Amino acid sequence: MLSRRIIPCLDVRDGQVVKGVRFRDHVVMGEIVELALRYRDEGADELVFYDITASPEGRSVDRTWVEKVARVIDIPFCVAGGIRSVDEARAVLHAGADKISVNSPALERPELIDALAAAFGVQCVVVGIDSLRDADGEWRVRQYTGDPSKTQALPRRTLDWMIEAQQRGAGEIVLNCMGSDGVRRGYDLEQLSVARAICHVPLIASGGAGEPEHFRDAFVEADVDGALAASVFHSGSIAIPALKRYLHEQGVSMRVS
Amino acid sequence: MSVVLVDAGGTNIGSVRYALQRLGVDAALTSDAATIRTADKVILPGVGAAGPGMARLRELGLIELLRSLTQPVLGVCLGMQLLCAHSEEGDTECLGLIPAPVRRFVEAPGVRVPHMGWNRVVARREHPLLAGLGEDDQAYFVHSYAVPTGDWTLASSDYGQPFSAVIARDNFHGMQFHPERSAAVGAKLLKNFLDS
Repeated sequence: MLSRRIIPCLDVRDGQVVKGVRFRDHVVMGEIVELALRYRDEGADELVFYDITASPEGRSVDRTWVEKVARVIDIPFCVAGGIRSVDEARAVLHAGADKISVNSPALERPELIDALAAAFGVQCVVVGIDSLRDADGEWRVRQYTGDPSKTQALPRRTLDWMIEAQQRGAGEIVLNCMGSDGVRRGYDLEQLSVARAICHVPLIASGGAGEPEHFRDAFVEADVDGALAASVFHSGSIAIPALKRYLHEQGVSMRVS
Repeated sequence: MSVVLVDAGGTNIGSVRYALQRLGVDAALTSDAATIRTADKVILPGVGAAGPGMARLRELGLIELLRSLTQPVLGVCLGMQLLCAHSEEGDTECLGLIPAPVRRFVEAPGVRVPHMGWNRVVARREHPLLAGLGEDDQAYFVHSYAVPTGDWTLASSDYGQPFSAVIARDNFHGMQFHPERSAAVGAKLLKNFLDS
């Protein structure tokens, strides 16, 4: 049986891992390779690196650290951040990343998803979606969320975009529920459950993890394939080995050593 | 010992190479027929689709060479599927070194395609390639097509239905998961191949 995945997310800015609250006020958490190794040792199933300032600054991800991580890490990792073309994606994959994740550039030019899937296969192509509920009750997509001064609210409904992304060749969807991000009150189970019903590829929950129970709820109630979190792991408030044992005891299929 | 990685354009070549380096082996990355023919061990990595994968091997003039190899050969992920007879992916004739078909996973409730993540690898028979594989050991998979279980199956996994995780016939071996991304379990199985 396929295990559910625990995925620490490392937001990278200027070569270091940072964390902000609700995407703002970033503080440095540590060195990239050091943190990556720590999470590997603790039993993380996968890592995601977001070069959070690449897209707003109109540049692609810095590949030198991708290669450094690939040399030492023996679990899969995904890289995101301003990947705008097949050539840029190829460079990141050749540097050793297993998957690339696109978000703002795919919103600028949705055909990018088709091109990436054709070039590398859908299994390499993750589409990240930043979603926030508007006053009218609809979840809609946000763009350029790495920089609050450049973040844009789009008229595009989150669920419409999720369907289109899959049709174009997304092999996995990371749904970041911005309303719950960074405040540690739990994943947005309502939104994730609605998304799950229309998502036929692996779905990863992002935003809101604060307690081990939040992970259980995301797996059991929203049936997500993986749960992504950052600050609870960086701060040490949740230790991955204990979290995975807890989830295993709760009947969630886990890789435990 | 000389180990070569066949450079057929797969994007995981770097990762496989680093994994071998962590085991103390510096593998050459090559598409040169003579270098491949004389190597002690040959690894065919690969991420992508079967059709373009075979087309690339054909362009490089490596089809007959790969079929003629007598030293231990290991195909990883798509590389393993290319060792098989035929793939449903793009209706592609493959190398035919292991008489197995490659079929698309059938989507079902809870069976999302691609099969992506860690899954248990269960030994079906004794084989040096599986030495030290524990009962609960898991490996990392990312694929939409799979080889059904059959005479060729050394180890299997389960995703909606059982499928081949490790296969072998004569000197040709395949791993459907990514040993280079399967932590200690992957390193152990890669080392078994290097020791074979």
